[in-house]
Amino acid sequence: METEKDLNLEATELRLGLPGTSNESAKNTTHRSNKRALPEQPMSANIDTASKNCDQETAQHTKAQVVGWPPIRSYRKNCLQPKKSEAEMSGIYVKVSMDGAPYLRKIDLKVVKGYPELLKALEDMFKFKAGEYSEREGYNGSEFVPTYEDKDGDWMLVGDVPWEMFTSCCKKLRIMKGSEARGLGCVV
Amino acid sequence: MSEDDDRQQSPPSDLEFVSNKARNCNATGSGSGNPEFQSAYPDQVLENVLHFLTSKRDRNAVSLVCKSWYRVEALTRSELFIGNCYAVSPARATARFARVRALHLKGKPRFADFNMMPSDWGAHFNPWALAMAKAYPWLEKVHLKRMSVTDDDLATLAELFLGFKELVLVCCDGFGTSGLAIFVNKCRQLKVLDLIESESSDDEADWISCFPEGESHLESLIFDCVECHINFEALERLVARSPSLKKLRLNRYVSIGQLYRLMVRAPQLTHLGTGSFSSSEIAGQGDQEPDYVNAFAACKTLVCLSGFREIILDYLPAIYPVCANLTSLNFSYANITAEQLKPIISKCHKLQVFWVLDSICDEGLQAVAATCKELRELRVFPVDAREDSDGPVSEVGLQAISEGCRKLQSILYFCQQMTNAAVITMSKNCPDLVVFRLCIMGRHRADHVTGEPMDDGFGAIVMNCKKLTRLAVSGLLTDKVFDYIGRHGKLVRTLSVAFAGDSDMGLKYVLEGCPQLQKFEIRDSPFGDAALRSGLHHYYNMRFLWMSSCRLTRRGCQEIARAMPRLVVEVIRSADEEEVDDAVEILYMYRSLEGPRTDAPKFVTIS
Repeated sequence: METEKDLNLEATELRLGLPGTSNESAKNTTHRSNKRALPEQPMSANIDTASKNCDQETAQHTKAQVVGWPPIRSYRKNCLQPKKSEAEMSGIYVKVSMDGAPYLRKIDLKVVKGYPELLKALEDMFKFKAGEYSEREGYNGSEFVPTYEDKDGDWMLVGDVPWEMFTSCCKKLRIMKGSEARGLGCVV
Repeated sequence: MSEDDDRQQSPPSDLEFVSNKARNCNATGSGSGNPEFQSAYPDQVLENVLHFLTSKRDRNAVSLVCKSWYRVEALTRSELFIGNCYAVSPARATARFARVRALHLKGKPRFADFNMMPSDWGAHFNPWALAMAKAYPWLEKVHLKRMSVTDDDLATLAELFLGFKELVLVCCDGFGTSGLAIFVNKCRQLKVLDLIESESSDDEADWISCFPEGESHLESLIFDCVECHINFEALERLVARSPSLKKLRLNRYVSIGQLYRLMVRAPQLTHLGTGSFSSSEIAGQGDQEPDYVNAFAACKTLVCLSGFREIILDYLPAIYPVCANLTSLNFSYANITAEQLKPIISKCHKLQVFWVLDSICDEGLQAVAATCKELRELRVFPVDAREDSDGPVSEVGLQAISEGCRKLQSILYFCQQMTNAAVITMSKNCPDLVVFRLCIMGRHRADHVTGEPMDDGFGAIVMNCKKLTRLAVSGLLTDKVFDYIGRHGKLVRTLSVAFAGDSDMGLKYVLEGCPQLQKFEIRDSPFGDAALRSGLHHYYNMRFLWMSSCRLTRRGCQEIARAMPRLVVEVIRSADEEEVDDAVEILYMYRSLEGPRTDAPKFVTIS
């Protein structure tokens, strides 16, 4: 998210900022540099997990190729492509559960590039709304609160640390019922 | 393993568009003009007779005879086919047909397979699942193509339909292994679970273990497209307790050693999809390799073989014992050369369906032509699916096939270069062709020998192949090819056009000339609003028309929409583009009894 700031796009951006956040208020620390006052990013197609469905990305990366031509299904194309290196292939997969939902999911934190996308992906996956996030009050206005378990085994509120730190220490995600999450503070 | 749409003829007046005109049913044959005439025989008799009708075309015809036949046909139709899920609503379908046991439903248009449609366009199975649950508790079979199916939908199928037996998902998405787990667990009568070219997310649910204990009724289990590790021990136990299992297609996470163990337990298989045809372990185990040849030899009824992902060629000779019986062989994931193919194909005298990669080159195709005299369907896919790559197959291979395989009915051929002469030869040698799909991957590529457009080649196909119903054209093409198609392609129902034509005339020729045209997909061709207008007389007879990157404007599309109230005219733009101007990126229009759909996403505008 730093790149957006570097390019100084804020001046002309339309954004859906969360209350209590704006780039100005993110001045304080490096901690806060990844806050969620961010432009609406079109969600790229699939936050799929292990399936190798990067077809839309492939279409964009190969310059001279026209979308959908030749007409071969991406599954077939992917099967025949030489295997990518392990480093390229491996994403950061974390399990996601939601209180009350019978299904466990997985999400690749490498594909989701920041908190806004992550929240949107979770909301789409489990069909809920996360509510408004603020530094002081956590997630307001929603029954559900996204939390994560970090390396030390503690359950923290999603969004309280910079994104890079988050992706390296997040072991699993859990969308908790609001009442349970009240004990979790933000790290200030 | 067909990727094609249903080939059954569906007449212009199929389910989606039966007019409700009441006709007088007059048993004496003389027109007395009585509005409601008492039939000479009770409905029950008619019901007994109509039970024997299975073809949907016949049933549609029957339903138009008169009101009472319409009513009785509706009572006796047990297999419901809906070619476009938006042409009719679940409510309307369930109101008309009372006793449906099998539902066959199609959603997105085919070009969606190639990322030409933004995701989340629609085709949700959910409203159908819910409607069926209320109306057809005895539903046994669901066959979906290009629909979005969620885990909840899978749960619905398993929990609300007690006798559910058969689920086939082709090119579907939206579900994961969690949904599969619930589905297989709750579906106690399950006979068929076929997941074909569908996308599923890996939720790490061990769905194979979720099949209930005890003898299973499974006859078919196809999951080669499911990209996740499976619990092999559970699979082995499942196969061991499925005495009726005839079709098994494994995903690439099953090694050849594991395949062996399964084959030993299921020698009665008729259709086998090997997983990865290689070992999972690195060399040097100390154990002896299992006798793969024997395992294949024991499968006396095996007629269809596929899979061969990540193939290790040393193992290929294991399949020799079954080659002589094979009617269908799918090597389209196996990057093998002509030399590697020859020892196998030379034994496959009964082969009728062959899917392969162009890695076998023209020489490999010559070997096919030399042996496979019974070949009905050939598909040659490119290893390297790019426009500018080297083409290992060409007109030489096509010509060889046409000379050796005279009974050919269906061909899909990807290549980099072609000549009119070879296509003309095929049109003469293979008069039984029903499906001809030639994809010259370089756009606007001419006959590489003469430099001419490819018009005459395709022209010969429509002229000489009198049974042709499906055609896909490519290469450098002028309006002339469309003139040929309009004049001679009288049975053509499905037409696929890309980067072709010079002017509106091209489209006009086809719309005015092809009375059977049902499914028409066009991309990147210079056809505009005037051409679109020339199809007004025909659009109600079609399932859909797709036009992308042509020369249509919003105004032109709106005109069509105004002129044809039963047509849904969708203008679709790429999800992240804003509405810029009057130009239309994607037009997708289809007849419908329901009017504009209510689940259209923001990037779809319905005129």
